[in-house]
Amino acid sequence: MPLLEVRKMTHYFGGLRAVNNYNLAVEREQVRGLIGPNGAGKTTIFNLITGVYHPTEGNILLEGEDITRLETNQIADRGLGRTFQNLRLWRYLSVLDHVKMARYSKLTYGLAGAFFGTAKRVNEEKATDALAMELLELVGIPHLADQIVTNLPYGAQRRVELARALATEPKVLFLDEPTAGMNPEELIQMMDIIRRVHREIGLAIFLIEHRMKVVMELCEIIQTLNFGEVIAEGTPEEIRNNPLVIEAYLGKEVVL
Amino acid sequence: MEFFLQNLINALQWGSFYALIAVGYSMVYGVLFLFNFAHGDVFMVGAYIGFFVSTFLLAADLTSALSLPPSVTLGLVLVMTLIISMFLNSFVGMLIERIGYRPLRAAPRASAAITGLMIGIILETGNLAILGPQRLAFPELIQTATINIAGVSITNKKILIVGVSILLTLALHLFVRRSKWGMAMRAMAYDYVVVPLMGISTNTIALMTFALGSALAAAAGILYGVAYPVLDPNMGILFGWKAFVAAILGGRGSILGAGLAGFLLGFIEIFVATIFPSTMRNLIAFGIILVILIFRPHGFFGEPHSAQLRL
Repeated sequence: MPLLEVRKMTHYFGGLRAVNNYNLAVEREQVRGLIGPNGAGKTTIFNLITGVYHPTEGNILLEGEDITRLETNQIADRGLGRTFQNLRLWRYLSVLDHVKMARYSKLTYGLAGAFFGTAKRVNEEKATDALAMELLELVGIPHLADQIVTNLPYGAQRRVELARALATEPKVLFLDEPTAGMNPEELIQMMDIIRRVHREIGLAIFLIEHRMKVVMELCEIIQTLNFGEVIAEGTPEEIRNNPLVIEAYLGKEVVL
Repeated sequence: MEFFLQNLINALQWGSFYALIAVGYSMVYGVLFLFNFAHGDVFMVGAYIGFFVSTFLLAADLTSALSLPPSVTLGLVLVMTLIISMFLNSFVGMLIERIGYRPLRAAPRASAAITGLMIGIILETGNLAILGPQRLAFPELIQTATINIAGVSITNKKILIVGVSILLTLALHLFVRRSKWGMAMRAMAYDYVVVPLMGISTNTIALMTFALGSALAAAAGILYGVAYPVLDPNMGILFGWKAFVAAILGGRGSILGAGLAGFLLGFIEIFVATIFPSTMRNLIAFGIILVILIFRPHGFFGEPHSAQLRL
């Protein structure tokens, strides 16, 4: 049984069919890529699987459990974490608070703890702090823990988002263009971080990318999407040489 | 000096009502980017709930049932009235969120604002239809005792009102700063969309925001009944508007800011009334606030934020 499975997922926005008959099977510890031209429906697929939208048709199963109709927060609790194409951080909260917020559903101390600082609260807070710092170390920004996110450079903000997603303890991590807007140096660093995260936590990763270097080097299996449909699926080598993929990206060869 | 101190104490009491209502306004605005224009009427409903709860408790005759001295009974009734009414009124707030605002989450903010006005009118006219136009006299839960300090007279009621409102404002501030729910509220204030992806139910947090704001409004209603024991269905309108002003003046999402601005509003009104004819009170008081807002458009404690309304 695959870790995460999507069966025959179709989604309409009004009369527009954004995703058509989409299938996916993510195995444990697999790194997968999703590529395709702008507007192909990549982010929509992420939104559908992580519960931001609910699909018109089809089923999503995580470890055999049907999560299609669950609320976003329930899906997150069950083990899907993600980052966004355009950063979505809480502007005036500190880096540490971002990561700690992702531990929300794991905190059990109640009102008394919040007001009077019971031993339970102190212990839980300590454990949460320690875990948050561990994650910040993993993404290489422990020194920025107390900074307000608005003041950070772009690359660092991306890492905050990644650490926050990891703090929810995802089984599958969805990365929506993790290297968007990065300079070549930041790009190499981000690829290293993704590799390190994958190695040390051992989760499955599903990523959308436009940069072929990133997808080809990181992913075991790549899906190519065009107009909401998968036109090719395979190893990087297979994808690179697939005429349909080349056509989707570059257009048909025209003989004059 | 005595004259000043006397007015200072009156202003503190007057500001207490504004502060407690403003805090609820500010919370909803801060967390959900929503002006809950029905909030003044939620204050009114809270006062009426307090009236019924206290009348019921007094009729239950706890003095003989528990064989307590009469003065202790009154105190007990007041405390129970506060707690029970705050609890009940929180459901009024949650009901408003569930029925009125939740279906409009994706609608333009103007629609939600209009909904707030409509809910307010429904609460006022609903009250009028059920209870009739006559005013109700809030039961006397404290026998007034006056203390004279250096020529300034302070009543036990004033001490209670100011004390309770400061306490509740601080408690709410602590809740938002220290509890995990408060932290989720702050996160929601900055970016709504990602909050559920952290495993947090935004609906729960929205309900909680309304519940807390309405509970504090109920406290304000009861304290108002203690000080001015006349209730009428329209009592919440002007209070609502002024508390709204205080919430804006305090700065978006700042609990302490809204509380302080509520007290400031009380001060301005009381002192304007001591110097100028009382008919000019609101004119001058709001003139001053207009000038403050020109120089501090985000209020005293609000973080600058873009005008973009989302959710």
